[in-house]
Amino acid sequence: MGGEAASDVLSSPEAVAERFGHCRYIADEPLATAVFLAIRLGKPLLLEGVPGAGKTEAAKAVAEILGRDLIRLQCYEGIDAQHALYEWNYQRQLLAIRQAKKAETDIYEDRFLIERPLLRSLRNPAQTVLLVDEIDRSDHEFEALLLEYLSDFQISIPERGTVRAGEPPIVILTSNRTRELAEALRRRCVYHWIAYPDLARETAIILARAADVAEKTAAAVARAVSTIRSRPLAKPPGISEAVEWANAATVLEKTGSPWPEAFRRAIGVLLKDEEDLAYMQEELPRILEESLTWGRP
Amino acid sequence: MGQAVTADHQSQPGSRLPRECAPFLDFVQTLRRHGFSVAPDQTVSFLAAVALLGPKSMEHIRRAAIATLAPPIDRQAAFDALFRAVFFGKGRVAAMRNEDEEETVVKDGGGAEAAAEPLLEQEKSGAHASATERLSTRAFDDTENASGALQRHLPDALPRRRTFRHLRTRSKGMVDLRRSFRDIVQADGDLAAPRLRRRKEIARRLLLMIDISGSMREQTDGLLALAHAAVQAAPGTEIFTIGTRLSRITTALRTRDRTLALERAAASVDDWDGGTRIGPALKAFLAVPRFVALARGSLVVLASDGLERGDHADFESAMRRLAALAHRLSLATPLAGDPRFRPETAALASILPWLDDLVDGSSDDALARFILSLGQPAPKAAILWKEKAHAAGH
Repeated sequence: MGGEAASDVLSSPEAVAERFGHCRYIADEPLATAVFLAIRLGKPLLLEGVPGAGKTEAAKAVAEILGRDLIRLQCYEGIDAQHALYEWNYQRQLLAIRQAKKAETDIYEDRFLIERPLLRSLRNPAQTVLLVDEIDRSDHEFEALLLEYLSDFQISIPERGTVRAGEPPIVILTSNRTRELAEALRRRCVYHWIAYPDLARETAIILARAADVAEKTAAAVARAVSTIRSRPLAKPPGISEAVEWANAATVLEKTGSPWPEAFRRAIGVLLKDEEDLAYMQEELPRILEESLTWGRP
Repeated sequence: MGQAVTADHQSQPGSRLPRECAPFLDFVQTLRRHGFSVAPDQTVSFLAAVALLGPKSMEHIRRAAIATLAPPIDRQAAFDALFRAVFFGKGRVAAMRNEDEEETVVKDGGGAEAAAEPLLEQEKSGAHASATERLSTRAFDDTENASGALQRHLPDALPRRRTFRHLRTRSKGMVDLRRSFRDIVQADGDLAAPRLRRRKEIARRLLLMIDISGSMREQTDGLLALAHAAVQAAPGTEIFTIGTRLSRITTALRTRDRTLALERAAASVDDWDGGTRIGPALKAFLAVPRFVALARGSLVVLASDGLERGDHADFESAMRRLAALAHRLSLATPLAGDPRFRPETAALASILPWLDDLVDGSSDDALARFILSLGQPAPKAAILWKEKAHAAGH
C-alpha cells in the first residue's frame, strides 16, 4: 500500500481537498478524489492536461500535505536508465582497485553507486513523493523501463540484484499529452485529466497564490483569462500566468496606472507569444472592459 | 441488457463475487464491447475504488471509474454515455450502437507481422455507408516517374531518431565505461585504450495516407506509385488509403514487382474514386490500437485535398490526435499547387494549427521532393500560412 501512514491523514477526498487548501493549492473534487484513490490504492497517479493547468504544482502539493520529500525526475527526449535509475562511479571504483592493490575488494558496494531519482525514491528510508514530470517528452523505451518500477516499486541492478522499496513511494506522473502514452503505462496508474479551472476556482487560486490582489481584481482576471483561453491561441495562458498577470497589474495600478490600462500594460506577463499578442490586441480592450464591469448594473 | 449479464454472473458455478459487484462488471464488459481496453487489474482497482469512496453517490462511482479505468480524454463523452446507460438505464447504448454503424469500415491487408490478425471490420457490410460512398475497382498506370528518385534517396533522407540501444564504435562515441572498466580490471588495473559506444539510430517511420476520393482521382496513380517506391525503399513505411473507407495496403505494396503490387493494391481497396469522409476515416484509424502504434513518433503525410464535406469536427479532432502522436504531421494537397491557394475553408482552417507542413501535392514530383526533405525542420504550417496571408494583405 502506497501510504499506510498517509491514509491516517487522508481519510476522504474531502479531507484531501481541505489539506490542499491549507497549502494554497485549490483542488476540485475530482482531483482530490484521484489523489485520494491513488494513495489509498497504492498506485501511481497519472495527471494529464494542457500545459499550465497545475499538474506539477499538484504533485508538489501532495508532497507538502503528506510532509514527504519530493524527488523530481524531469523527462526529456533521450532520457535513459543512467539518468533515471543509477550509475556506477567508475573513477572511484578504479581508485579503490588501485588502493587495494592485490587485496580483494568489492567494487559494487553502496559507496560506488550513484543514485538517480528512481533509485533514490526506493532507497529513501522514509516514504517519498516521486514526480515523473512530462513523461510524454521521453522515448517509448523509457516508458517501458518505468513499467517494472510502477508495477512493483522495484528496480533490478544486475550487479546487486533487485532493490525494493521499504515503503513504496507515492508516484505522480504528469503529461502534457504531446504524444499518446502506452496503454501498459496508463493501466498501471490512477488517471485524472486536469482541465483549466472554472471561474470561481481560478479566482480562488489567484487569491491564494497572488500576494496582494483584491478579490475584484482576481475575479476580473479570471473572467478575462477564461475568455482569452477560448480564442485559438498558439500558447493559451496557464494558471500561473493568470496569477502573475493579477500580481503585475496590481503593482502597476498601485504605481499610478488606472485599471484597464494596468491590465493592458501587463499583458506580456499573460501572453508570451508575439502572434497571440497581435491576435488579441484588437479584442483585448473589450474583454478587459467586460471583465471589470461584469456584474455591475 | 444489463440484467441479462447480471443473470450470467449469478449462474457462473463457483463464482464468489457478491451480487453487488454485478453492475460494475457489467459496466466493464460494456466498455470493452465499445472498444475501451480495460485490463482485469483495472477492474479490481475499480471495485476497490468504489468501496473506498463509499460509494456515497453515483458521482463517486463515476469518479472511481474514470480514475481507475482511465478513458482517454477524447473518449470521455462516450465513456460517460455508457456509464449513464449501465447505471441509469437511459437507453444510450442502443443509440451509440447506431452511431457505431455509421463508422468507417477498416480494411487491413495484414502482412507478415500481422498474418494472425483477423480482418478488422466494425461493420458487416457496406449497407450503412453514406450516400456518397461508391465502390469501384481501378487499374493503375505504372510508368516510371518521381518514384525512382524517391526509392533511391529515401533511405538516407528520412530523419533519424536515437534508440535506447548502444552500438560499439571505434570513433565518435562516448566512453563505454562498463566495458572499458572491465578491460582495465582484466589488465590488473593497467589503463587500456578506452572502449567507445554510441546510441543506435534508426530512420523514423513514414506513414502515408492517401485520399482516394473522386476529387483526387487525377493524383491517385502517381501517389500509389510513390507509395510503392517508399515501401520498397524504407521497409517500415506504412500506406493507408482513405475515402469512404480506410484500407491498409502496405502488404500489397511490399511486392517488389510494381505492376503486380499496384494490381494487388487495386484489388484490396473497394472505394476508389468514391466520396470523401476524411474525418471518419481518420477516426477509424485512431480507433485501432495497432494503427495508432504505427503513427506514434512517425512522419505522417496525408495526401488529400482536405475537402471534407459537412461537419469537420471529426476531421479536426482526428488531426489533433494525430499531431499529438506523430513526430511530424503534414498535409500535401493538390490545391496548394495554385499560388493563390489559401487554407480558408472551415475544415482546413480548423486543422491548420495541428499541421507541421501544408505543402503542394499537385504532382508526384512535388510530393516526392517534399518527402525527401522531411529530414529538414518543419516550418509549422499555421505560422507559414499566417505569414503568407499577412504578405498578401489579408
